[in-house]
Amino acid sequence: MSNKKVEAYARALFEIAQAEGSLERVEDELFRVARAFESNDQLRTTLTDTTLPADRRQQVVEQLLGAKASATTVQLVTMLVTSGQVKELASIIDALVKRASTEKQQEVAEVRSAIPLSDDQQKRLAAALSKATGKALNLKVVVDPGVLGGLVAVVGDEVIDDTVRTRLEQLKTRI
Amino acid sequence: MNTLVAALLAAEDPTVTHHWLLPETPEIIYGGLATVIVVAALVKFAGPFVKKGFVGRTERIQKELDDAASAKSKATDDAHGIRAALGDIASERARLLAEADAQAAAVLTEGRVRITQEVADLEAKAVADLAAARGRSTDELRSQIAMLAAYATPIVVAQTLTEQTKSELVESFINNVGASR
Repeated sequence: MSNKKVEAYARALFEIAQAEGSLERVEDELFRVARAFESNDQLRTTLTDTTLPADRRQQVVEQLLGAKASATTVQLVTMLVTSGQVKELASIIDALVKRASTEKQQEVAEVRSAIPLSDDQQKRLAAALSKATGKALNLKVVVDPGVLGGLVAVVGDEVIDDTVRTRLEQLKTRI
Repeated sequence: MNTLVAALLAAEDPTVTHHWLLPETPEIIYGGLATVIVVAALVKFAGPFVKKGFVGRTERIQKELDDAASAKSKATDDAHGIRAALGDIASERARLLAEADAQAAAVLTEGRVRITQEVADLEAKAVADLAAARGRSTDELRSQIAMLAAYATPIVVAQTLTEQTKSELVESFINNVGASR
């Protein structure tokens, strides 16, 4: 899909979420959906399988998100899945998050953690990263057991990596 | 008188001569004159031919003598040439033999040097191969240890990382990042 089309879908989702008055929540939930879509092969295979009927894929989305996400989020994901744009789901959502951040004059900070972060930790982390980068940040936390421990933050082109996984990789290289 | 008569009688008698050996004087005179004339004629007319014949013969003999001398000289020269050639052949043979000896000696020396070098190279290669094999074995062992360590470490670390440790790591990250600027 072209960047223009991705941007068009992102703008449409952004405007819908904004019109619903739940942009921040929807944006956050969609961001998690995108990361789950990227990291879960089975989910990705199921949602991109065009041999499955659209209503079956819609059912999968509703089963996965129904109880955990807002109705707007579920509807937006369902729309992407049924309209055949699911392959670009992550790109569209990332563009949406970027647009929302720009709207708030912030930059997206994607943080991966092995454990869920408390609200207090997220606030302190956002403040620390803002101080370190000198930018207002829209923090997005992804729980990724693959990092084993510690955190990795990506702000634009800057990567602050202090994960156990990276240290193990360095140790492996040294060995 | 008797004698004179006898002489006259004898002169008249052709069967009787005045001397048993000497001819009559007129015969001597006539004979002598005739002989002189014949000799003079021979000298005058046949002399040049005879002389020419003698000169030609002399020249021919001289020429033959010269030819013989020339042939002898040529034969001598040829003999010298052959002797010289024999000398050259002998010296060439000696030179060729010396050259062959020198080449054989050079080949032998070169062969010894080459063989010595090859033996040294083979020894060096064998030593290097042994070292490389030893290095490879060490590397393989190290690689296997590293592979096992790399495989085992994340598992061990993941198993030993408690929630408390993970939380501490998060706090450590927040504190370090906050303190970095």
